[in-house]
Amino acid sequence: MNQNKNLWWGLILLILLSPLGLILPEIFRSGPAWGEWSLEEIEKMLGFIPEGLKKWTDLWSSPLPEYNVAAWEKKGLFHSSLGYILSGFLGVGAVVAITFLLGKLMGKKDPPGPNS
Amino acid sequence: MHIPDGYLGPQTYGALYGVMVPLWALASRIVRRTLRQRQVPFLALGAAFSFVIMMFNIPIPGGSTGHAVGGVLIAILVGPWAALIAISIALVIQALLFGDGGVTAIAANCFNIAFIMPMAGYWIYRLISGKSAATARRRWIAAAVGAYFGLNLAAITTAILFGLQPLLARGVDGRPLYFPYPLEVAVPVMALQHLLLFGIIEAVVTALLIIYFQRTDPALLEVGGKSP
Repeated sequence: MNQNKNLWWGLILLILLSPLGLILPEIFRSGPAWGEWSLEEIEKMLGFIPEGLKKWTDLWSSPLPEYNVAAWEKKGLFHSSLGYILSGFLGVGAVVAITFLLGKLMGKKDPPGPNS
Repeated sequence: MHIPDGYLGPQTYGALYGVMVPLWALASRIVRRTLRQRQVPFLALGAAFSFVIMMFNIPIPGGSTGHAVGGVLIAILVGPWAALIAISIALVIQALLFGDGGVTAIAANCFNIAFIMPMAGYWIYRLISGKSAATARRRWIAAAVGAYFGLNLAAITTAILFGLQPLLARGVDGRPLYFPYPLEVAVPVMALQHLLLFGIIEAVVTALLIIYFQRTDPALLEVGGKSP
């Protein structure tokens, strides 16, 4: 149990440090991951936007696109870092809740004795 | 490595739903048989760790970015089938809440990141670990090698799905409808980035955490390493 407690704290620390994943690419002037370009970036690379890609790209509008609060996006790195941390906590909360729920449904009861 | 909506044509992402639905069903059957309630918090930790580690975008200076996944680490600790479930949960949340990876591509992304990576990496780890003790140096080396190849294989299967698109679907004008670059471009670019940078980071993160578990709770490496 103590072991797990340390790991949960480690996880929280990682969430608080997550803006590094935003700031470092900014410092090194790196773009998005290869194969995860926006329509504008694709048009710049190819000179056109593939038709199917254009049609389906906005199929889903997520509430916090790119792990950020849309209204904060243009307010600079400090706000986007805050949005990133907030997204980290929300995302981890959702992931943990769903895993616990599925685990409760799927996992078998612990055996009463120390037998495995 | 998170394929967005519009990058894969319907026959590709549809086929991958066809592959993943039986795999998810199989994984939940295996997990139902083997997972104990006291392992559930650990599974949740694994899913959450994978979610967060993917937020750490690693820059290639002046180029693109990438990230580690933690998929092989999770497979070593809870087994590859439980890892498939845990990482799938992280990927679904990333797609639905944060638009990271497309909704149509959820099965494709789960195939690459939640199935290929943990499964391949786990068996490489098992193969190299052999019968070594949980605390042996050979264990964390095996984990690092498994993590390195696991991430690289996932990058390559992602690149293959990308590169198939111009072969599968073109408009009347002959231009590609979805992902535009052919296999000869997609596979080498994705492979090189992951072989030279992201794979190494995945291997280091995995090895460090395995060493941590060897020192604090080596029993974890017995349980996860021996159950299927």
